[in-house]
Amino acid sequence: MSGLRQRLVALALVLPLLLFLGVFFAWPLVTMSAEAIPQSVVARGLPRTAAAAAAWDRTTPPTEAMREALVADLRAAPDDQALAGVVQTLNSAKSGYRTLIARTVAALRGGEGPADLAAIDRRWADPAFWRPIAAETANTRPDANLLAALDLRRDEDGTIRSLPEGASANRRILVRTFVIAGLVTLACLLIGLPYAMLMASLEGWRRQVLLAAVLLPLWTSLLVRTAAWFILLQDNGPVNGLLRAVGIGALPLIFNRTGVVVAMTHVLLPFMVLPIYSVLLGIPRNLMQAAGSMGAHPIRAFVEVLLPLSARGIVAGALLVFMAAIGYYITPALIGGPQDQMISSIIAFYALQTANWGMASALGLVLLAITIVLYAVYHRLSVDEPGRA
Amino acid sequence: MRGFRTLVSLGTVLAGLAAAGPAPARDLTVVSWGGTYQDAQRKIYFAPFSQASGRKVLDESWDGGFGVIQAKGKAGNPNWDVVQVEAEELALGCADGLYEKLDWGKLGGKDAFIPSAVSECGVGAIVWSTALSYDADRLKTAPTSWADFWDVKTFPGKRGLRRGPKYALEFALMADGVKPEEVYTVLGTPAGIDRAFRKLDELKPNIVWWESGAQPLSLLSSGEVVMTAAYNGRISGLNRAEKKNFKVVWPGSIYAVDSWVILKGAENRQAGQDFIAFASKPENQAKLPEYIAYGLPNKAAGALVPAAYAKELPTDPANTAGAIPINADFWVDNTEELTKRFNAWLAK
Repeated sequence: MSGLRQRLVALALVLPLLLFLGVFFAWPLVTMSAEAIPQSVVARGLPRTAAAAAAWDRTTPPTEAMREALVADLRAAPDDQALAGVVQTLNSAKSGYRTLIARTVAALRGGEGPADLAAIDRRWADPAFWRPIAAETANTRPDANLLAALDLRRDEDGTIRSLPEGASANRRILVRTFVIAGLVTLACLLIGLPYAMLMASLEGWRRQVLLAAVLLPLWTSLLVRTAAWFILLQDNGPVNGLLRAVGIGALPLIFNRTGVVVAMTHVLLPFMVLPIYSVLLGIPRNLMQAAGSMGAHPIRAFVEVLLPLSARGIVAGALLVFMAAIGYYITPALIGGPQDQMISSIIAFYALQTANWGMASALGLVLLAITIVLYAVYHRLSVDEPGRA
Repeated sequence: MRGFRTLVSLGTVLAGLAAAGPAPARDLTVVSWGGTYQDAQRKIYFAPFSQASGRKVLDESWDGGFGVIQAKGKAGNPNWDVVQVEAEELALGCADGLYEKLDWGKLGGKDAFIPSAVSECGVGAIVWSTALSYDADRLKTAPTSWADFWDVKTFPGKRGLRRGPKYALEFALMADGVKPEEVYTVLGTPAGIDRAFRKLDELKPNIVWWESGAQPLSLLSSGEVVMTAAYNGRISGLNRAEKKNFKVVWPGSIYAVDSWVILKGAENRQAGQDFIAFASKPENQAKLPEYIAYGLPNKAAGALVPAAYAKELPTDPANTAGAIPINADFWVDNTEELTKRFNAWLAK
């Protein structure tokens, strides 16, 4: 009886956590994923047209029945909001539906009986503006957004093909996102590991100063730090001024990959230093001396003793930095050039500018999937070191 | 006993969370574009309206984007009341039913405003322009056209353009010899779009892309670029505040109208109508150009502006020669496809 009560109490104690995770993590993730799968909005918004277009061959001019059905569907829409999803989906498939539908709805308003669509807008005489309606209503294509996120599309016959060169660059930008995140992780490791070791080897105020140097930037807003780098790195900025003064000459540091990696490394460095530092604190100091007393060269002692023992901190730090770097948006936008924009800027474009939530979700989902795969590989590799980590 | 008490107190907290009563009445929330512009609006619209009506006004800022408006609308009971939107957001939101209809009787009738500032869902707040600008203290010869902008031999150095197809494609066509008034006819054909991208290819290595309105001016100030496309309003303000000598090239500039709208179902929509009417009065609008060089949609307001400020406005007859209005319909239809293509072009 008391066992059950204890379990109930334990459950009650973690309940807030579970609720929090459910409401703020699981539920948004599920809705976001669901958003990536098109819900055949066009077929539901234009049911009569969908039925009439099923028999159409998609090359000849649209049939009388289709035109009548569309007029009826547009008149039957309860309000403008009901058509919003239809318009968004169609305009995404072919540019022009935004003004076309808005103009047609305005012209049909209040009227009754047959209407001459081609007279309202001559685009209705063009079969090219009927094909997307027929295609969107005929077969639901649950993977359309996910394919488009990877610059792929399904042809009429169902085979998956790449989009033509120059139409979209999601794949290239995804690869670039991971390359930049990898570079930043590497740079953080190269600076962060020696820094953490130095910090762990010192005592008293010296350690406090080093620790403050890592922590202080963390308390400054990301935007402020990025803006500071913008000023430091520009062609007439202090860094280039110094380089000129010592005779090296100005280097291109801003609006390119170098600037992005430098700024992101600075911003993310604490996430590398702190985990390594906390692991190093737990390693007895005399181990290095012991290795030395047994004749190991300091480098060998480092590689065979200290490095394996601190591996857990390195793995944690690298993961933290890499995962955070993948989602970066502001820093590449301000400091990077056109070749340095990361996938978040594309996601932000779809979500904030065009309200194409399907594409934004699909891109997010692809990013999530790739990240999980990378994490699994990484986890596998780091666990394979027996007994060390 | 202890465990039981924990459970009870936890339950109380949760019940409290679930039963949080109806929110108290929200202040009238007006959303604009931040920076010096919103500072001016606070001085001449928000604070005086608040005083006259006895209602508190909360002002927030945003950076545009139809997705933001749609998300607010979808959620229902939006936390914004009045928003200043660009022409495309006005057209998109009005078509999708995301805005309240305006009470034109309160505003003094549609005839009191310039035609491009009048619609069912919105009334113009400002006329603003995107134009070629440069630092006259740095450039000895003055550039006069987008062709000069593309001419890196005569004017060596980098150029600033807004990242995205909007404006970049129009300016590229003008640089390629298309007359301003024919830009959207050419851009309406696939061949015209190819032509604009080919012209952008020429300048690509020399372009610095910016995103927010304050960036081009800081690029110009630091000498990072020798000329840039920039929003005109901030330039005269900066010239006055920081003793700069930035110049605007008006021919080939593209002007647009920003409008006030009220979000559908907003709690303070009645007060919102009153606020918009207040901000649309000629005597109130006429105070704006002293702070920021934006044109005024109320016809009667133009006459009240002192001549010294009037000549800096995009609506001044001397400045409209050779300038074109943005074609909101074109961008409403083509933004998504052309941005995809633009991003692919950038990534090449």
